Order: sequence, then structure tokens, then C-alpha cells
Amino acid sequence: MFEAFYPQLIGLCTGSLLLTSALMVWRHSLLASIRLLALQGMALAALVAVIGIAEGEPELVLVSLLIFSVKGVGLPWVLAHQSKAAVKQIQESPRLNPTAALLAVTLLTILSYVVVSRVFGLGDSVTGHAAPIGLAMVLIGFLLLISRRRARSQLIGFLMLDNGIATLAFLTSGGVPILLEFAVSLDVLLVVLILHVFAGRMRTKFGGTAVDQLRELHD
Amino acid sequence: MSFILWIPLVGPLAFAVLGLLLRGSALCRFVGVAASSAVLVSGLLLVSAALSGYVPDSGGGMLRADALSAYMLTVVGAVGLISTWGGLSSATSSRTRDAAGYEALIALFLAAMSLAVLADSIGLMWAAVEATTIATAFLVGHHRTRRSLEAAWKYVILGSVGVAIALLGIVLIYAASVGTDTPTLSWLLLSQSDLGLDPALITAGGALAVLGFATKSGLAPMHSWLPDAHSQAPAPVSGLMSGVLLSVALYAILRIQSITDLVIGPEFLRTMLSIGGLLSLLVAASLLIRQRDYKRMLAYSSIEHMGLMAIGVAIGPAALPSVLLYIFGHGLIKATLFVISGRILKIEGTPSISDVRALLVRRPGLAVPWLIAMAAIVGFPPFSIFFSEVGIIMAGWSVGLGGIVGAALVLLLVIFAAFTRLTVQMTIGVPSAGTAFTPDYSAHGPRLPIILALATTATIAFVAEPVGTLLLQATAVLGGTN
Repeated sequence: MFEAFYPQLIGLCTGSLLLTSALMVWRHSLLASIRLLALQGMALAALVAVIGIAEGEPELVLVSLLIFSVKGVGLPWVLAHQSKAAVKQIQESPRLNPTAALLAVTLLTILSYVVVSRVFGLGDSVTGHAAPIGLAMVLIGFLLLISRRRARSQLIGFLMLDNGIATLAFLTSGGVPILLEFAVSLDVLLVVLILHVFAGRMRTKFGGTAVDQLRELHD
Repeated sequence: MSFILWIPLVGPLAFAVLGLLLRGSALCRFVGVAASSAVLVSGLLLVSAALSGYVPDSGGGMLRADALSAYMLTVVGAVGLISTWGGLSSATSSRTRDAAGYEALIALFLAAMSLAVLADSIGLMWAAVEATTIATAFLVGHHRTRRSLEAAWKYVILGSVGVAIALLGIVLIYAASVGTDTPTLSWLLLSQSDLGLDPALITAGGALAVLGFATKSGLAPMHSWLPDAHSQAPAPVSGLMSGVLLSVALYAILRIQSITDLVIGPEFLRTMLSIGGLLSLLVAASLLIRQRDYKRMLAYSSIEHMGLMAIGVAIGPAALPSVLLYIFGHGLIKATLFVISGRILKIEGTPSISDVRALLVRRPGLAVPWLIAMAAIVGFPPFSIFFSEVGIIMAGWSVGLGGIVGAALVLLLVIFAAFTRLTVQMTIGVPSAGTAFTPDYSAHGPRLPIILALATTATIAFVAEPVGTLLLQATAVLGGTN
């Protein structure tokens, strides 16, 4: 029974990962981006659980719970921590207009399919076929990092990049060893907390979190 | 013997906790010095173990200290000691709440670097390198000015994104090992020749991992965070970051290289690293000529030296003993220079080169060590940087990379001229007429660490036994023969 559904479940999870990534590029409101990030974290956790059940590895189910609590609940909660009213008002004015950005997302996705199938030559397994989604998420994360002006939006780009790496890891090798998985989660959590504190300091020092203001240091 | 592996990890953490408990006491300013001494002592013990042919491991094979790891650990401890000892704050300023947190972060930073060089798993090594970014984030932003906040933001964003790329590479290397009988991240197992790793995955993974760690080691074109972070951080932190954190990232590149060389040969990474190295030298040369800030000048000098080290790594085993000696010499001298620059900044109140004039007449206590260390950093003998540079260039000629080392030599000459001009501007000359002054012979801080650092780098290149043996052993580790 599960065997029949397995490819569809993998397709569903990776599909929602790609969809949430594209929507994050499209939406400009910070609150919407944070909610999409939470959804993406949950989709990633579901993907890991599906792979874990299919491979019969209880360890992966544990990892999936870890991912659900860190990426699905914890990090979005940290990001949305200031009062909801304040977050709602924050609108991003990105360097790219939505049409161009979505076009770029399409091109990046095609590019990652080409790269993964030509260069890596992954096998014919179900997960191997879905692996380009991970690379596409990494590239879309870069796009967000480059095109967004606000500190917190850049942070979301960084988290998407990290989700992409995790997706690629689970699809190509069934996840890295669990100790490393813990270390990575902890590192990402700490980096986000630190950047969050800096964004807060930036607001008090500069009166805003637009990264464009950071141009005092140069040669 | 294996318990020594835990001293550099647990020791600094214990000192950090102790410092936080002793918050407000004058003792807590010694936390950094105590932590680096712990690292240095265990490094020396592990070196003596490695010299007698013993390779301790612990934690189920997660920690391992061969000659290379032991050597790097000693460098971390030595540079840490010079930076923290030389940068000891006065007893009164260390009674604030901030000071305890600052010292605790320094200790954490030292523990993270020790873990990075002792881990026998590229995954754990990655996590430790990322932990160095976490520990130093608040250290770079310590002064809480607009400028230091800007520097810290850029540092954390670029540092973490760079290291995330390295993680992507490590994931691909792991995917390659999943195709074999033993899925592993241990570099000891991965650098065995009969594993049958997939070349395409190793190429992509190795390239991404090296690219990521190159960001962290400040190689162009991913260097843009470095001058900002190193010029805004407090002097001991700059000394540690410039002197040894960059080299720890280079160590990660060396470990990755030992894996990829076996599967796809040296050519691929050789091209990548030589381009990165030459670009770094070019960037450093073009920005040093018109540099106005002496701490930024030191930061660009680090980019220059990392560039030359990367060229040495590209050349391969023939240049590696020189590269390893280079890591030590550059670390000590750069830490000394940053410590002195911190004192100059404190006493003169300006980071601008043109505002600091006639230092040799006005403040000989600071200018004399500054001049000697500057001579060492631009590569005058008898300091070990001279011998390392010569060694790398000779090795480059001998393996047929004459074009690359020739170009590097031209750029080094430009950098030498730029440095000489800037140093002369700062130190030589007479104060403008009419200003009364009395020569200031005070060193404005402990003299001994500076003397020790300069004396060590001036003599180490002449000590064939055991330094030369150790360097050869460390090189042999990377050749996969140990």
C-alpha cells in the first residue's frame, strides 16, 4: 500500500517545498514570508518522515520531529517574535519586481534540473529524481539574499538556503549522520538568534533595518 | 593519553564558566590567557606524542590528533596566548559585566577552533568552523558602534552563507560515500585510495566545500567581510581572527584537498586555489597602495598572506612544509601587530595613518616593536615568513607553476613597496614644529608576549629538529601515507 503512494508522497512534499520557495519570492510582506517559512519547514519534516518510513529507519523519524520543532515552529516563532502588529506593517521593497523575480525562480529551477541530471548523474531512484528541488531552493535562497533590502528578509533567504541544503542531503543520501544533524540545527538556530539581536540593535542605532544603510565601511 | 584531546575543548569552556561565575572580580580578565594556555599545553603534548609516532583518538574516533592536527592546535594556542596576553585589559575596566561575557566568548572561540582541528569528521569540523562564526559575532560587534554593527552584520551573513556552501559540498561528499560500502564523513576513511567514490559527486562536493571554506579564510573574491570585521573588532579578537581563524579555514581546505586529490587528481583544485590566491594578492596590492587606516592595512595584509598560502596549497606536497611554517609565523606576527595597533589606537585615538606621525620620536616604546614586526610581516629574514615565502616560490618553480609564482612575486613586490611607504609615514619623521613632547618609552601593556612572539618567529626557521621533522610528518599525513 505504502509502496504505491511513496513516489506521490515524495512528489507532494518536494512540490510544496518548491511552491513555498516561489511564493516567498513573490510575497513582500514579512509576516507572509515567515508563515511560508514555517510551512516549508513542516513540508521538509514530512519529507524526512516519508523517507524514514520507506527506508524503515526510525532514526529519520526522530530527525523529522527535530526538524518540525526547529524549522517548522521554533525559527518562525523567533522571527515573528516582535508584536504581530509591527510585523504586519513591514513591507519589503525588493530590488527586483515580482514578475522578474518569478521569472528568475523559473530559470533557476530549470538550471538546477540541468545541473543535477547532467553533472551529478544521480540514479533512477524516486528521491534522486526529486533532488534538483533542493538545489533550486539553495539558488532561490541566494536570490532572496541578494534582492532583499531588509535585515529580516535576508535572514529568511538564509534559512531557505539552509532548507535547500537539508533537502538535498535527505534526497541524495538519506540525511547526514544524526550527530551532524543536531550540530547543524543548533548552529543555524544560534546564527538566526544572533542576526535577530543584530537586527534589533540596527533598529535602535539606525532607526530601521534596511541593509542599504550599512555603507560606512569602505576603502 | 587520549584524554589530552579533551583538554583544549573542555578546559576553555570550564574557564569561561569560571569567568562568568567570578563576574566583577579582577581575576576574570585572565580567562582568555588561561584558556589559550590550556590549548597551547595540550597542543605541545600532542606534538610530542605525534613525534614519537603515536596518534591518539577518542570519542569513538570523532577526535583524532595526527601530526597535522597537533601542529595546528599548537598554533591556535600560541597565537591565542600572544593575542590575549598582549591585549590584557586593565584591572579596573575588567570589572564590568560586559568584560566577563567578552572573556567567555574568547574562550568559546578557542574551544571551537580546537574542535575544528581535532575533529576526524568533516561534518564535525564544519560544525566547529560555524561555531567560530557564532562565538566571534558578538566579539566583532563588541564596541556597539554603528561601524562595528555594520561589520558584524556583514561578517555573520557572509560567513554563514559561505560556510553553508561548504555544508552543501560536504553533503555531496557524503552522498558519494553512501554509494560505497561504508557511508562515512571521517576524513581518515575518505582519504583511503580504494574506496571507489563517485568522481562527479566528489568534484562538485570538493569544489563547493573549498569555495565555502575559502570564504571563511578570506580569499578573494569572497573577502569583502574581512577588512571590516578585522578592523572593527577589539585588538585581541582581530589578532585571533587574522592570525589563526583564517588558517583554521585553510586547514579545512587541506583536509578536503586530501580527499579530492585521491579521486580526481590535483589539477582541479590547483586551478581553483591558484586563481583565488592570485586574486587575493591582486586585491591586497591594489587596496594597500592607497590605504588610510592602519587596522585595515593589517587586514589586507592577511588577505595577501592567505593568498600566498593558497598558492602554496595549490602547488601541493612540495610546498606544504613551507605553508605550515607560514601559518605559524604569520599567526604570531599578525597577532603581535594587531595587539600593538590596539595600543596605538587607544593612545593616539585615531585609526588613520596620516594622523599618526613621527611615532619613532614620540613613542619609541610602541614604534620599535611595530617596526620590527612590520619588517617580519613584509618578509625580511631572519623571520620565518621570509623562509616560507621563498620555500613556496621555489616549490612552485620546481613543479612547473613558474607563471603563477612569477605573477605572485610581482604582486608581492608591489605590496612590499606599499607597506614600506605606509610604515615610514607612520613612524619616521619629526613632529611638527612648536608642539612640545617628551619621548614616551612605555609599551602601554605587557612587553613579554611581544618579545616572545618576535623571538620565536625569528628563530623557528633555524630549528631543524624537531620543527622540521614535525612539518614533514604533518605533510605526510596529507599525502595519505601516514
